[in-house]
Amino acid sequence: MSAVAAFFYLFSAVAVASAFMVVVSRNPVYSVLFLILAFVNAAGLFLLMGAEFLAMILVVVYVGAVAVLFLFVVMMLDVDFAELRQGFINYLPVGAMVGIALLVELILVVGTWTLSPELIRAPAAGAATAPTISNTEAIGQVLYTRYIYFFQAAGLILLVAMIGAIVLTLRERTGVKRQDISAQVARTKATAMEVRKVASGAGLEG
Amino acid sequence: MAVGLTHYLVVAAILFTLGVLGIFINRKNVIVIMMSIELILLAVNINLVAFSTHLNDITGQVFALLVLTVAAAEAAIGLAILVVYFRNRGTIAVDDINMMKG
Repeated sequence: MSAVAAFFYLFSAVAVASAFMVVVSRNPVYSVLFLILAFVNAAGLFLLMGAEFLAMILVVVYVGAVAVLFLFVVMMLDVDFAELRQGFINYLPVGAMVGIALLVELILVVGTWTLSPELIRAPAAGAATAPTISNTEAIGQVLYTRYIYFFQAAGLILLVAMIGAIVLTLRERTGVKRQDISAQVARTKATAMEVRKVASGAGLEG
Repeated sequence: MAVGLTHYLVVAAILFTLGVLGIFINRKNVIVIMMSIELILLAVNINLVAFSTHLNDITGQVFALLVLTVAAAEAAIGLAILVVYFRNRGTIAVDDINMMKG
Protein backbone atom coordinates (compact mmCIF):
# COMPACT_ATOMS: atom_id res chain seq x y z
CA MET A 1 0.00 0.00 0.00
CA SER A 2 1.46 3.31 -1.02
CA ALA A 3 1.86 6.21 1.35
CA VAL A 4 -0.94 8.11 -0.39
CA ALA A 5 -3.34 5.23 0.12
CA ALA A 6 -2.28 4.81 3.73
CA PHE A 7 -2.86 8.50 4.44
CA PHE A 8 -6.14 8.43 2.56
CA TYR A 9 -7.45 5.62 4.74
CA LEU A 10 -6.12 7.28 7.89
CA PHE A 11 -7.69 10.67 7.14
CA SER A 12 -10.99 9.28 5.94
CA ALA A 13 -11.31 6.85 8.84
CA VAL A 14 -10.69 9.57 11.42
CA ALA A 15 -12.96 12.01 9.56
CA VAL A 16 -15.83 9.53 9.42
CA ALA A 17 -15.36 8.42 13.02
CA SER A 18 -15.28 11.99 14.33
CA ALA A 19 -18.30 12.93 12.18
CA PHE A 20 -20.13 10.04 13.82
CA MET A 21 -19.08 11.30 17.24
CA VAL A 22 -20.35 14.80 16.36
CA VAL A 23 -23.76 13.31 15.80
CA VAL A 24 -24.02 10.99 18.79
CA SER A 25 -21.95 12.84 21.40
CA ARG A 26 -23.73 13.62 24.66
CA ASN A 27 -22.08 16.94 25.28
CA PRO A 28 -22.23 19.58 22.51
CA VAL A 29 -18.78 20.82 23.52
CA TYR A 30 -17.40 17.42 22.56
CA SER A 31 -19.44 17.64 19.37
CA VAL A 32 -17.69 20.88 18.46
CA LEU A 33 -14.28 19.43 19.21
CA PHE A 34 -15.01 16.36 17.08
CA LEU A 35 -16.26 18.69 14.35
CA ILE A 36 -12.85 20.39 14.44
CA LEU A 37 -11.15 16.99 14.15
CA ALA A 38 -13.37 16.07 11.19
CA PHE A 39 -12.52 19.32 9.43
CA VAL A 40 -8.78 18.91 10.00
CA ASN A 41 -8.91 15.42 8.52
CA ALA A 42 -10.99 16.67 5.60
CA ALA A 43 -8.25 19.25 5.04
CA GLY A 44 -5.82 16.32 4.92
CA LEU A 45 -7.98 14.68 2.27
CA PHE A 46 -7.94 17.93 0.29
CA LEU A 47 -4.15 17.95 0.49
CA LEU A 48 -4.05 14.41 -0.86
CA MET A 49 -6.26 15.52 -3.74
CA GLY A 50 -3.87 18.32 -4.55
CA ALA A 51 -6.09 21.20 -3.42
CA GLU A 52 -3.60 22.76 -1.05
CA PHE A 53 -5.18 26.20 -1.02
CA LEU A 54 -8.61 24.90 -0.09
CA ALA A 55 -7.09 22.66 2.56
CA MET A 56 -5.48 25.63 4.27
CA ILE A 57 -8.64 27.73 3.85
CA LEU A 58 -10.61 24.92 5.45
CA VAL A 59 -8.31 24.93 8.46
CA VAL A 60 -8.35 28.72 8.77
CA VAL A 61 -12.03 29.33 8.14
CA TYR A 62 -13.59 26.30 9.76
CA VAL A 63 -11.25 25.44 12.58
CA GLY A 64 -10.23 29.03 13.22
CA ALA A 65 -13.56 30.78 12.85
CA VAL A 66 -16.67 28.67 12.52
CA ALA A 67 -15.77 26.01 15.08
CA VAL A 68 -14.67 28.63 17.59
CA LEU A 69 -17.95 30.45 16.98
CA PHE A 70 -19.82 27.24 17.74
CA LEU A 71 -17.73 26.73 20.84
CA PHE A 72 -18.49 30.27 22.05
CA VAL A 73 -22.22 29.84 21.57
CA VAL A 74 -22.32 26.38 23.16
CA MET A 75 -20.49 27.62 26.21
CA MET A 76 -22.29 30.97 26.40
CA LEU A 77 -25.81 29.57 26.38
CA ASP A 78 -26.83 28.17 29.71
CA VAL A 79 -28.84 25.27 28.34
CA ASP A 80 -29.64 21.96 29.93
CA PHE A 81 -28.36 19.75 27.15
CA ALA A 82 -29.44 16.55 28.88
CA GLU A 83 -33.03 17.70 28.50
CA LEU A 84 -32.48 18.33 24.80
CA ARG A 85 -31.39 14.72 24.39
CA GLN A 86 -34.77 13.42 25.44
CA GLY A 87 -36.16 11.29 22.65
CA PHE A 88 -32.73 10.55 21.21
CA ILE A 89 -33.49 6.84 21.33
CA ASN A 90 -36.96 7.35 19.87
CA TYR A 91 -35.61 9.12 16.82
CA LEU A 92 -32.73 6.66 16.39
CA PRO A 93 -34.57 3.91 14.44
CA VAL A 94 -36.17 6.20 11.88
CA GLY A 95 -32.97 8.22 11.60
CA ALA A 96 -30.88 5.10 11.08
CA MET A 97 -33.35 3.82 8.50
CA VAL A 98 -33.29 7.05 6.51
CA GLY A 99 -29.52 7.20 6.85
CA ILE A 100 -28.96 3.65 5.62
CA ALA A 101 -31.36 4.16 2.72
CA LEU A 102 -29.58 7.37 1.75
CA LEU A 103 -26.15 5.76 2.05
CA VAL A 104 -27.16 2.79 -0.10
CA GLU A 105 -28.58 5.12 -2.72
CA LEU A 106 -25.50 7.31 -2.75
CA ILE A 107 -23.15 4.33 -2.99
CA LEU A 108 -25.22 2.87 -5.81
CA VAL A 109 -24.89 6.20 -7.60
CA VAL A 110 -21.16 6.40 -6.95
CA GLY A 111 -20.61 2.80 -8.04
CA THR A 112 -22.52 2.92 -11.31
CA TRP A 113 -22.06 6.33 -12.88
CA THR A 114 -19.88 6.73 -15.91
CA LEU A 115 -18.17 9.78 -17.29
CA SER A 116 -18.11 10.77 -20.90
CA PRO A 117 -14.48 10.52 -21.99
CA GLU A 118 -14.59 13.89 -23.72
CA LEU A 119 -15.26 15.56 -20.39
CA ILE A 120 -11.87 14.63 -19.02
CA ARG A 121 -9.55 17.36 -20.08
CA ALA A 122 -6.51 15.84 -21.61
CA PRO A 123 -3.51 16.79 -19.52
CA ALA A 124 -1.82 17.56 -22.83
CA ALA A 125 -3.91 20.73 -23.11
CA GLY A 126 -2.30 22.22 -20.06
CA ALA A 127 0.68 19.94 -19.69
CA ALA A 128 3.17 22.65 -20.45
CA THR A 129 1.79 24.99 -17.79
CA ALA A 130 0.03 22.75 -15.27
CA PRO A 131 2.98 21.43 -13.29
CA THR A 132 4.73 24.78 -13.16
CA ILE A 133 2.01 26.78 -11.43
CA SER A 134 0.87 25.97 -7.95
CA ASN A 135 -2.68 25.21 -6.95
CA THR A 136 -3.06 28.63 -5.32
CA GLU A 137 -1.85 30.36 -8.47
CA ALA A 138 -4.23 28.33 -10.61
CA ILE A 139 -7.19 29.32 -8.42
CA GLY A 140 -6.11 32.93 -8.41
CA GLN A 141 -5.85 33.02 -12.19
CA VAL A 142 -9.51 32.13 -12.62
CA LEU A 143 -11.00 33.50 -9.40
CA TYR A 144 -10.13 37.11 -10.17
CA THR A 145 -10.87 36.95 -13.89
CA ARG A 146 -13.54 34.50 -14.97
CA TYR A 147 -15.26 34.29 -11.59
CA ILE A 148 -14.81 37.86 -10.43
CA TYR A 149 -18.56 38.41 -10.04
CA PHE A 150 -18.89 35.26 -7.97
CA PHE A 151 -16.01 36.44 -5.85
CA GLN A 152 -17.64 39.85 -5.33
CA ALA A 153 -20.96 38.20 -4.52
CA ALA A 154 -19.23 36.01 -1.93
CA GLY A 155 -17.76 39.11 -0.33
CA LEU A 156 -21.19 40.77 -0.33
CA ILE A 157 -22.71 37.70 1.32
CA LEU A 158 -20.10 37.84 4.05
CA LEU A 159 -20.73 41.55 4.55
CA VAL A 160 -24.48 41.03 4.83
CA ALA A 161 -23.92 38.12 7.22
CA MET A 162 -21.65 40.26 9.37
CA ILE A 163 -24.09 43.16 9.50
CA GLY A 164 -26.97 40.79 10.14
CA ALA A 165 -25.23 39.05 13.00
CA ILE A 166 -24.28 42.35 14.61
CA VAL A 167 -27.78 43.81 14.22
CA LEU A 168 -29.35 40.66 15.64
CA THR A 169 -27.18 40.35 18.70
CA LEU A 170 -26.58 43.98 19.59
CA ARG A 171 -28.86 45.10 22.36
CA GLU A 172 -29.41 48.45 23.98
CA ARG A 173 -29.20 47.90 27.69
CA THR A 174 -30.85 50.46 29.90
CA GLY A 175 -29.73 51.25 33.39
CA VAL A 176 -26.07 50.61 32.67
CA LYS A 177 -23.47 53.23 33.50
CA ARG A 178 -21.46 54.10 30.46
CA GLN A 179 -18.71 56.54 29.71
CA ASP A 180 -19.92 59.72 28.04
CA ILE A 181 -16.76 61.64 27.54
CA SER A 182 -18.18 64.98 26.40
CA ALA A 183 -20.65 65.07 29.27
CA GLN A 184 -17.98 64.11 31.75
CA VAL A 185 -15.56 66.72 30.51
CA ALA A 186 -18.27 69.41 30.41
CA ARG A 187 -18.97 69.11 34.11
CA THR A 188 -18.50 72.33 36.03
CA LYS A 189 -18.42 73.05 39.66
CA ALA A 190 -21.96 74.40 39.43
CA THR A 191 -23.42 71.20 38.00
CA ALA A 192 -21.35 68.80 40.03
CA MET A 193 -21.72 70.15 43.54
CA GLU A 194 -24.61 71.15 45.69
CA VAL A 195 -24.32 72.78 49.05
CA ARG A 196 -27.10 72.14 51.49
CA LYS A 197 -27.90 73.29 54.91
CA VAL A 198 -28.61 70.26 57.05
CA ALA A 199 -30.61 70.74 60.17
CA SER A 200 -29.04 69.09 63.15
CA GLY A 201 -30.52 65.59 63.72
CA ALA A 202 -32.80 65.76 60.67
CA GLY A 203 -30.65 63.92 58.22
CA LEU A 204 -30.60 64.36 54.49
CA GLU A 205 -33.31 62.95 52.30
CA GLY A 206 -33.15 62.38 48.57
CA MET B 1 -5.21 -0.38 -4.81
CA ALA B 2 -4.71 3.17 -5.94
CA VAL B 3 -6.91 5.83 -4.38
CA GLY B 4 -9.23 7.11 -7.06
CA LEU B 5 -12.22 9.35 -7.48
CA THR B 6 -14.61 6.69 -6.22
CA HIS B 7 -12.86 6.47 -2.85
CA TYR B 8 -13.34 10.16 -2.21
CA LEU B 9 -16.94 10.03 -3.37
CA VAL B 10 -17.65 7.20 -0.94
CA VAL B 11 -16.10 9.14 1.95
CA ALA B 12 -18.19 12.18 0.99
CA ALA B 13 -21.31 10.01 0.79
CA ILE B 14 -20.67 8.61 4.27
CA LEU B 15 -20.12 12.10 5.70
CA PHE B 16 -23.28 13.35 4.01
CA THR B 17 -25.27 10.45 5.45
CA LEU B 18 -23.89 11.09 8.92
CA GLY B 19 -24.97 14.71 8.60
CA VAL B 20 -28.50 13.72 7.65
CA LEU B 21 -28.54 11.17 10.48
CA GLY B 22 -27.48 13.92 12.87
CA ILE B 23 -30.41 16.07 11.83
CA PHE B 24 -32.77 13.17 12.41
CA ILE B 25 -31.56 11.99 15.79
CA ASN B 26 -30.84 15.38 17.36
CA ARG B 27 -34.20 16.91 16.61
CA LYS B 28 -34.30 19.04 19.72
CA ASN B 29 -30.83 20.50 19.73
CA VAL B 30 -30.42 23.31 17.20
CA ILE B 31 -26.68 23.56 17.75
CA VAL B 32 -26.02 19.94 16.81
CA ILE B 33 -28.38 20.31 13.84
CA MET B 34 -26.27 23.22 12.61
CA MET B 35 -23.11 21.17 13.07
CA SER B 36 -24.73 18.44 11.00
CA ILE B 37 -25.42 20.98 8.27
CA GLU B 38 -21.75 21.91 8.35
CA LEU B 39 -20.88 18.23 7.90
CA ILE B 40 -23.20 18.01 4.90
CA LEU B 41 -21.57 21.07 3.33
CA LEU B 42 -18.15 19.53 3.98
CA ALA B 43 -19.22 16.40 2.11
CA VAL B 44 -20.36 18.60 -0.78
CA ASN B 45 -16.97 20.30 -0.78
CA ILE B 46 -15.14 16.97 -0.86
CA ASN B 47 -17.23 15.98 -3.86
CA LEU B 48 -16.49 19.23 -5.67
CA VAL B 49 -12.75 19.02 -5.05
CA ALA B 50 -12.61 15.32 -5.98
CA PHE B 51 -14.27 15.99 -9.31
CA SER B 52 -12.13 19.06 -9.83
CA THR B 53 -8.99 16.96 -9.42
CA HIS B 54 -10.33 14.10 -11.48
CA LEU B 55 -11.42 16.27 -14.40
CA ASN B 56 -8.33 18.44 -14.19
CA ASP B 57 -10.55 21.53 -13.99
CA ILE B 58 -9.93 24.19 -11.36
CA THR B 59 -13.55 25.46 -11.48
CA GLY B 60 -14.65 22.88 -8.93
CA GLN B 61 -12.27 24.30 -6.37
CA VAL B 62 -13.52 27.83 -6.99
CA PHE B 63 -17.03 26.62 -6.34
CA ALA B 64 -15.90 24.81 -3.21
CA LEU B 65 -14.49 28.14 -2.04
CA LEU B 66 -17.88 29.79 -2.62
CA VAL B 67 -19.66 26.99 -0.76
CA LEU B 68 -17.25 27.54 2.10
CA THR B 69 -18.11 31.25 2.16
CA VAL B 70 -21.83 30.62 2.24
CA ALA B 71 -21.39 27.98 4.96
CA ALA B 72 -19.46 30.43 7.12
CA ALA B 73 -22.12 33.13 6.62
CA GLU B 74 -24.87 30.64 7.39
CA ALA B 75 -23.19 29.52 10.59
CA ALA B 76 -22.71 33.11 11.76
CA ILE B 77 -26.31 34.13 11.07
CA GLY B 78 -27.72 30.91 12.48
CA LEU B 79 -25.80 31.23 15.71
CA ALA B 80 -26.78 34.90 16.00
CA ILE B 81 -30.45 33.95 15.65
CA LEU B 82 -29.92 31.23 18.22
CA VAL B 83 -28.40 33.67 20.71
CA VAL B 84 -31.28 36.13 20.24
CA TYR B 85 -33.79 33.32 20.59
CA PHE B 86 -32.17 32.08 23.77
CA ARG B 87 -32.20 35.63 25.16
CA ASN B 88 -35.92 35.94 24.52
CA ARG B 89 -37.12 32.49 25.51
CA GLY B 90 -34.46 31.01 27.75
CA THR B 91 -34.38 27.76 25.80
CA ILE B 92 -33.21 26.50 22.44
CA ALA B 93 -35.41 23.42 22.15
CA VAL B 94 -36.74 23.12 18.62
CA ASP B 95 -40.15 22.04 19.89
CA ASP B 96 -40.65 25.41 21.56
CA ILE B 97 -40.08 27.39 18.37
CA ASN B 98 -43.74 27.88 17.57
CA MET B 99 -44.46 31.51 18.35
CA MET B 100 -45.45 32.24 14.75
CA LYS B 101 -47.90 29.39 14.64
CA GLY B 102 -51.39 30.88 14.39
